[in-house]
Amino acid sequence: MIALLRRDLALAVRAGGGFGLGLAFFLIVIVLVPFGVGPQSDLLSRIAPGILWVAALLAALLSLDRIFALDFEDGSLPLLATSPLPLEAVALVKGLAHWLTTGLPLTLAAPALGFLLHLQPGAYAFLLVSLAVGTPALSMIGTFGAALTVGLRRGGLLLSLLVLPLYIPTLIFGAEAVRRGADGFSATTALVLLGGITLGTFALLPFATAAALRVNLR
Amino acid sequence: MSLHVRNLGVARGGRPVLEGVSFDCAPGEALILRGPNGVGKTTLLRTLAGLQPPMSGEISLPEDSGAYASHADGIKAQLSVSENLAFWAEVHGGALDEGVLTDFDLLDLRDRLAGTLSAGQKRRLGLARLGVIGRSVLFLDEPTVSLDGFSVRMFADWLRQRHLGQGGIAVIATHIDLGLDAPTLELSPYVAAPDAGGGSDEAFL
Repeated sequence: MIALLRRDLALAVRAGGGFGLGLAFFLIVIVLVPFGVGPQSDLLSRIAPGILWVAALLAALLSLDRIFALDFEDGSLPLLATSPLPLEAVALVKGLAHWLTTGLPLTLAAPALGFLLHLQPGAYAFLLVSLAVGTPALSMIGTFGAALTVGLRRGGLLLSLLVLPLYIPTLIFGAEAVRRGADGFSATTALVLLGGITLGTFALLPFATAAALRVNLR
Repeated sequence: MSLHVRNLGVARGGRPVLEGVSFDCAPGEALILRGPNGVGKTTLLRTLAGLQPPMSGEISLPEDSGAYASHADGIKAQLSVSENLAFWAEVHGGALDEGVLTDFDLLDLRDRLAGTLSAGQKRRLGLARLGVIGRSVLFLDEPTVSLDGFSVRMFADWLRQRHLGQGGIAVIATHIDLGLDAPTLELSPYVAAPDAGGGSDEAFL
């Protein structure tokens, strides 16, 4: 499992690996929003939690179709399937690698971008915590979607349609936690539910991902 | 440690391809599969390797002993030759044995990125993977595609000495003569009747 994780991280940071693509997309979307909304700092600071979460979600979506498609094209996937590594472990490692190369950089960059949107001072800690807790779920759900569409021509578009509705609960509780933090309320409930969703995806989705891969490899 | 196949039927995309295939391989034995294009050699090998379920019949081989090698080599262009091999060795719980690089004439290429190799060199790297994973039953689908005559002999020597000589088994679909002392199984007589699957709805699964 460690070998696969190390290889995926090495591939992500080498030429053409796409590391930083999601991060740059996140940056550009957040920079564009004030241009579209206009220079009203009270309005910006009110919509900042929602915008930051939606942008993070779309940035995570951007690199999902690479999770299994590249391994499928070069024939690694059938070889991994016949290796001693169970496909459930492959699914878990792929999701983890996607989070380390996408979700984690997004989480770390978000506070700096929150500043561009006049995010309330009290909300920064909640933004960081809610993204840290919520983005792993985005990666795991996305890995499942990538397994469903592996081997399809132009499956990336279908993948977005399949995965985005599944992101709704994460988005609701993630943005709610930041909003409550910004308003000075307790965000414990939203964060606990967000954590529940993430743990649930880690417990269940590797099995669903592996099942989808087995069907697609036939 | 041997491979037994009894009355095996295989399907591709829900359509029966072959039926009633039976053979045995004892340790150190190879079997050459032959047949015209589209007869089902690849489907049979994928089924034997466990990538798809058999339509009927039985396959018996020891757990976690099979390895599959297809037209696609599973090589990452952004990793070097030795990194590619070390990855597959680690996934299979071993370390990279440097001898494999010599066996497949890859020693001079070990630090080159796999993306810069020629088709034949990539193929040698793909076949070298078989030498690092420590599996005893190999299912090889056209292993000699894009290899020159010298490399084909090198691969045949490796197969004979390092694999079959150590008690391994190989089932090989190939159109050329590898010079192995192995029986040949002609697949044409086993082509399945169109309704052999009993109207299964597997295409929808």
